[in-house]
Amino acid sequence: MPEKAELARFEQVVLPHLAAAYNLARWITGNDHDAEDVVQESYLRALKFFGGFRGENSRPWLLTIVRNTCFTWLRQNRFSELSVELDEEIHTGETEPGNPESMLLAAAQSEMVRKAIEELPPEFREVIILREMEDLSYKEIAAIASIPVGTVMSRLARARSRLQELLSGPMTSGVGA
Amino acid sequence: MNCRETQELIHGFVDSELGLVWNLEMERHIHECPSCSGAHERLRVMHTVLSDNSLYFQPPAGLEDRLRARLRKVSRAEDRVWTISPSWRGIGIAAALVLCIAGTWQFAMTTQRSSNKEMIGQEVVASHVRSLMATHLTDVPSSDQHTVKPWFNGKLDFSPVVADFADRGFVLDGGRLDYLDSRPVAALVYRRRQHVINVFVWPTLQSGWGTQTFDRQGYHVFNWTKDHVTYWAVSDLNPEELWQFADMLRNTE
Repeated sequence: MPEKAELARFEQVVLPHLAAAYNLARWITGNDHDAEDVVQESYLRALKFFGGFRGENSRPWLLTIVRNTCFTWLRQNRFSELSVELDEEIHTGETEPGNPESMLLAAAQSEMVRKAIEELPPEFREVIILREMEDLSYKEIAAIASIPVGTVMSRLARARSRLQELLSGPMTSGVGA
Repeated sequence: MNCRETQELIHGFVDSELGLVWNLEMERHIHECPSCSGAHERLRVMHTVLSDNSLYFQPPAGLEDRLRARLRKVSRAEDRVWTISPSWRGIGIAAALVLCIAGTWQFAMTTQRSSNKEMIGQEVVASHVRSLMATHLTDVPSSDQHTVKPWFNGKLDFSPVVADFADRGFVLDGGRLDYLDSRPVAALVYRRRQHVINVFVWPTLQSGWGTQTFDRQGYHVFNWTKDHVTYWAVSDLNPEELWQFADMLRNTE
């Protein structure tokens, strides 16, 4: 049972990662309302499990819980998004999208980038969030998503090549076809 | 190092996941090869684009306060700190008496149900510990779900769902017959690193989805019921990973 001191320690260790928790939940659920629900649920779970937390690295620890809560939510509310067969293979050199400048141009329109990320299947979206935005290592991502390290790399490769396709747009594609 | 190898390792390279030796090899090739250098540059640009603050969702104003309030409330409820001022005590006692009588019946029913759960939980832990002490943890040692599942045929009056999660680090170790809640049950054995997880499975008349957790003698126990089958997962594994495991099992059809 969490006591006052335990709660204080929990707040001190786990609450600072609220932004990371919210960002991940928001990207996976796709809307503010559900993201907030998932974050609250995750924190309640985290408090429950806090006794078993050995104090190594609290951000990936919390994100594991947020991630699991998100996917439970997805299974209950957005099952169709999850039932897509994932192509985990790395297809090297399959896309040769436009030059870096055209991507920078796309970046200027951050709404376009946002849409591109949202188009990824959730399993690919999460590795992009955890790697590019949270700067976590493959090992940490593997633990959070409960997948082998090799799969982290292949999902990142797939996700990035998909993003490159989406961001370079129809006007500059087809260079390496 | 050629272009094909470079393409395979390029993500590890931009993510600083390669060792020193590979890094040097990669740098050399990228420096010399315009095509790979272009691929590298695109990934670098992509990182800049994706790590931009404008894409990072900030929590809404007030979420932290709402969260703090909720955590305090939950934690208070679990502490059961009761403070009643003396002037209210008399009314409180009278009200409590009335509630007591009214609530006795329901309370008796709930306690009976929950103490039944408690008892099974106790049995589950005892069974888990016994299985670790005995020389055979499994009657049918196999990591193949298609070997373990048919093995139960004819030994039980139901067929348990047997799934393999080896790709997610939970390796099926085999199955065993056990006896719990006054009936023969299926015990599925999984391993996570050095930790053994026993999952006891048997049919029940109850339905529902809620997961209950217990902690006994350093073991964590998760119980849930789905489609009139009750599952008890027990292990010394940390509760977070055990929960993850329970979640995967629960979502197996």
